[in-house]
Amino acid sequence: MSYIKPKFRHPRLPTNNLGYTIADYDGAISTLCAGCGHDSISASIRNACFKSSLHPHRIAKISGIGCSSKMPTYFLSRSHGFNSVHGRMPSVATGASLANRDLTYVGVSGDGDTASIGMGQFIHLMRRNVNMTYIVANNGCYGLTKGQDSATADLGSISKYGDVNGFDGIDLASLAILQGASFVARSFSGDKEQLEPLIRAAMAHNGFAFIDVVSPCVTFNNHNGSTKSYAETRDHLDAMPVDFVPMRDEIRTQYAEGTSQSVTLHDGSVIHLRKAVSGLATNDRQSALNTIKSNEDKARILTGLLFLDPDTQNLSTSLELATRPLNELGKDELCPGSKVLKSINEGLR
Amino acid sequence: MKPTNTADPEYFHRVVDCQFACPAHTPVPEYIRLIAQERYTDAYMVNWESNVFPGVLGRTCDRPCEPACRRGRVEEEPVAICRLKRVAADFKDDVSALMPKAGPKNGKKIALIGGGPASLTVARDLAPLGYEMHLFDAQAKGGGFMRSEIPSFRLPDSVLDEEVGYVLDMGITAHFNTYIDSLQSIIDKKYDAIFVGSGAPRGRDLPNVKGRNAGEKNIHVGLDWLSNVAFEHTKKIGKKVIVLGGGNTAMDCCRTSRRMGGEDVKVIVRSPFADMKASPWEKEDAIHEGIPIIDNHVPKEFVVEKGKLVGMTFDRVEAVYDADGNRELISTGEEPAFYPCDDVLVAIGQENAFPWIEKSTGVRFTSWGTPIINDDETFQSTRKNVFFGGDSAFGPANIITAVAHGHKAAVSIDMFCRGENPEVDRPDPRFTLVSQKMGIHEWSYDSIPIDDKREAVPLVDLEKALKSKTLEVELGFDVETAFVQAERCLNCDAQTVFTESTCIECDACTDICPTSCISFVENGSEEDLRARLLVPATNEEQDLYVSGNLPTGKVMVKDEDVCLHCGLCAERCPTAAWDMQKFFYTMAKATPDLLEAAE
Repeated sequence: MSYIKPKFRHPRLPTNNLGYTIADYDGAISTLCAGCGHDSISASIRNACFKSSLHPHRIAKISGIGCSSKMPTYFLSRSHGFNSVHGRMPSVATGASLANRDLTYVGVSGDGDTASIGMGQFIHLMRRNVNMTYIVANNGCYGLTKGQDSATADLGSISKYGDVNGFDGIDLASLAILQGASFVARSFSGDKEQLEPLIRAAMAHNGFAFIDVVSPCVTFNNHNGSTKSYAETRDHLDAMPVDFVPMRDEIRTQYAEGTSQSVTLHDGSVIHLRKAVSGLATNDRQSALNTIKSNEDKARILTGLLFLDPDTQNLSTSLELATRPLNELGKDELCPGSKVLKSINEGLR
Repeated sequence: MKPTNTADPEYFHRVVDCQFACPAHTPVPEYIRLIAQERYTDAYMVNWESNVFPGVLGRTCDRPCEPACRRGRVEEEPVAICRLKRVAADFKDDVSALMPKAGPKNGKKIALIGGGPASLTVARDLAPLGYEMHLFDAQAKGGGFMRSEIPSFRLPDSVLDEEVGYVLDMGITAHFNTYIDSLQSIIDKKYDAIFVGSGAPRGRDLPNVKGRNAGEKNIHVGLDWLSNVAFEHTKKIGKKVIVLGGGNTAMDCCRTSRRMGGEDVKVIVRSPFADMKASPWEKEDAIHEGIPIIDNHVPKEFVVEKGKLVGMTFDRVEAVYDADGNRELISTGEEPAFYPCDDVLVAIGQENAFPWIEKSTGVRFTSWGTPIINDDETFQSTRKNVFFGGDSAFGPANIITAVAHGHKAAVSIDMFCRGENPEVDRPDPRFTLVSQKMGIHEWSYDSIPIDDKREAVPLVDLEKALKSKTLEVELGFDVETAFVQAERCLNCDAQTVFTESTCIECDACTDICPTSCISFVENGSEEDLRARLLVPATNEEQDLYVSGNLPTGKVMVKDEDVCLHCGLCAERCPTAAWDMQKFFYTMAKATPDLLEAAE
């Protein structure tokens, strides 16, 4: 097994608006199983940050515990990172985003870390609308402990050991829409053409953005009978392609009328939904829930942007926090002195 | 694009850039790995099987492999392939016991005219098959051009004697000091086949330049002069020397002049410096020895005063290129330049000459004076039992090309003598493709490339070097340096072999590839595909490896250009759709199992 990635890169690597190449967004070599869907998600996050020309040092990666939560090591070596306790990533993310509202926060979690041990924290993260991108690498099993069914395993899915799952899986995307998340999407690790623009849009969104990514566990959940294998996912996929056009870029692609919807984000960026399924209105929670449910009934996995409220207010705004990060506030601003205290007291007399 | 046909060995052959560029297709990565493993004897024998003169070539080869080396595209400098070959020769054990012996006589007789690399290669390839071989050369020893025109401070006699000896010891009857002045006389001796490897011995002269005849005593044709030095007929030269010409022979002439009493030695060349035919390293070596190279000067006159050469005048020119890149040298209109000198060496190229081949033999020649030959596979002349090779076939080239000619001519001669037509059903090259997997994620070779830079070969002290014309200037790599230099090799013969039926399109290979070589895209024309890859494939000399359609309708496209052969794609592949397989290729030879045949 190679633990070192060669230093040589393609001599003609393209650069982004900041002059960085994709190699500037690389992480350490992955120690996950060969072919793990999570590695594709890592690559999509790397590609998304490169394409959106984000400074690596203005990004913070946060995770909990699990195969998924190892991922931040494997992308963006030059960014900040915090690998927290199992299921407790939301607390750390909340604190970090309140302390420094200027960084871009990427939380990476798994179906265990979110839908089981971390469920309580996850719900509150959405309720508070913390400004971050929250990605769940969802493989429907506990891969790190040899593949037991997780809380998102589908009803009837057969485990590697032959057991049929008797419980309905938690649908994290529906849950997020119901709980008031302002950006909800679903994707597939094997569909970078959709996943990358979704991540870029999520990072541009000014509020809590949730992406549930079906990410096959190549070791414990990629067999016949599994509903989250590469083959099974591809067979049942209904992908709504997404284009992301950042605010500073000109819109070049022409879209035939009636086949696409577009949504303008808070910062002026535009998301184009191509071939959106009929009946889906991404600004209507009820419509999104109905569309997901009806696809699920037909055993289809609907992927793409499912719900978006571009004008939402994130936690820092609703708490009326200082507009600058705490580390930029000086002594005079934090402790304005007895004169100010006196005038406040005067005002109360 | 259609899926790449990897069953055709030529596809993977092209991926091994160095081996493909080598006229004799020496398996370079294979012997470089053996050097890294300190298996110098094995490395030498892999070379010897392929190019017959590893010790000679490790010092003097024109190195077509090095400009082709992938490392030169990934990093700056190619692997020091040539000098690693010398390492194998320097550190090998006694190999005489490993050499093949002459086979039991088959009753056929072959004449070899000339004792240079082409003839010796034919002799070596045919000896194990039992041919009775007679080699004729006008000189006292074998080696031809390698002995007469390469100065011994670059190639010691002992190295040449050893490698010529290995061939002659295979039961070849050598007739030295025998100049053949009639092909008919050889034909009359009833040889079954005749191979002409007499080289391109005549250096070109400047007979029409004014003063050529008057200055005769101090004007020498470079190749003849080098040959005279080698055989010690010439022992010194004047203090001021002008060398005309810009090729490697000119570089040998000027450096030799420095050792023969020349103090003020200049190279004066018609073309611009950058267009000179000499290899960059040969130019550097000359400059290192204090020899200026004056370019854009066309010889106008040999200036002779009182019957003695005193200097030369030159027209100053400028190179002008038309749209097709054709060059014209146009006078700048300035006054001609004068350079004083005592001697001039004319090293402006060579001419073929076959005054000894009679028209009545049926061997016919082109208007350029080269023999008319079937093609560059058979080397058969217009007289069916006469074959040509080396510089005598297509004009001046180099040692490794002569060796390659020898291999092909030997195949033709063997087929001809067995009553077959050498133009049809020639034997195929031989190749094997074997997985290098040693464990789940482990390969038989050092897969991750090292970052070390190329190092120059150490030289002897300049003052000492200039005092001797036999002291070898290059010292060769020591064992430690050789190891590091060998490890720079990217192992391009460890091929990335893709099996589309097992691919699950998880993208793991695309994500891990350090040089972004692998893309999964919708199929299209080659031009279209090249533009749509992760990094556009702009180096059109390098192939695209394209799979058939995968389940999602996409195809796998790998740009071979800067692949590091690091094996990470295969390590990250969950289904072993990628595998690293060693591709071992040897060109067709008259005795394919040369070394096994010896056992």
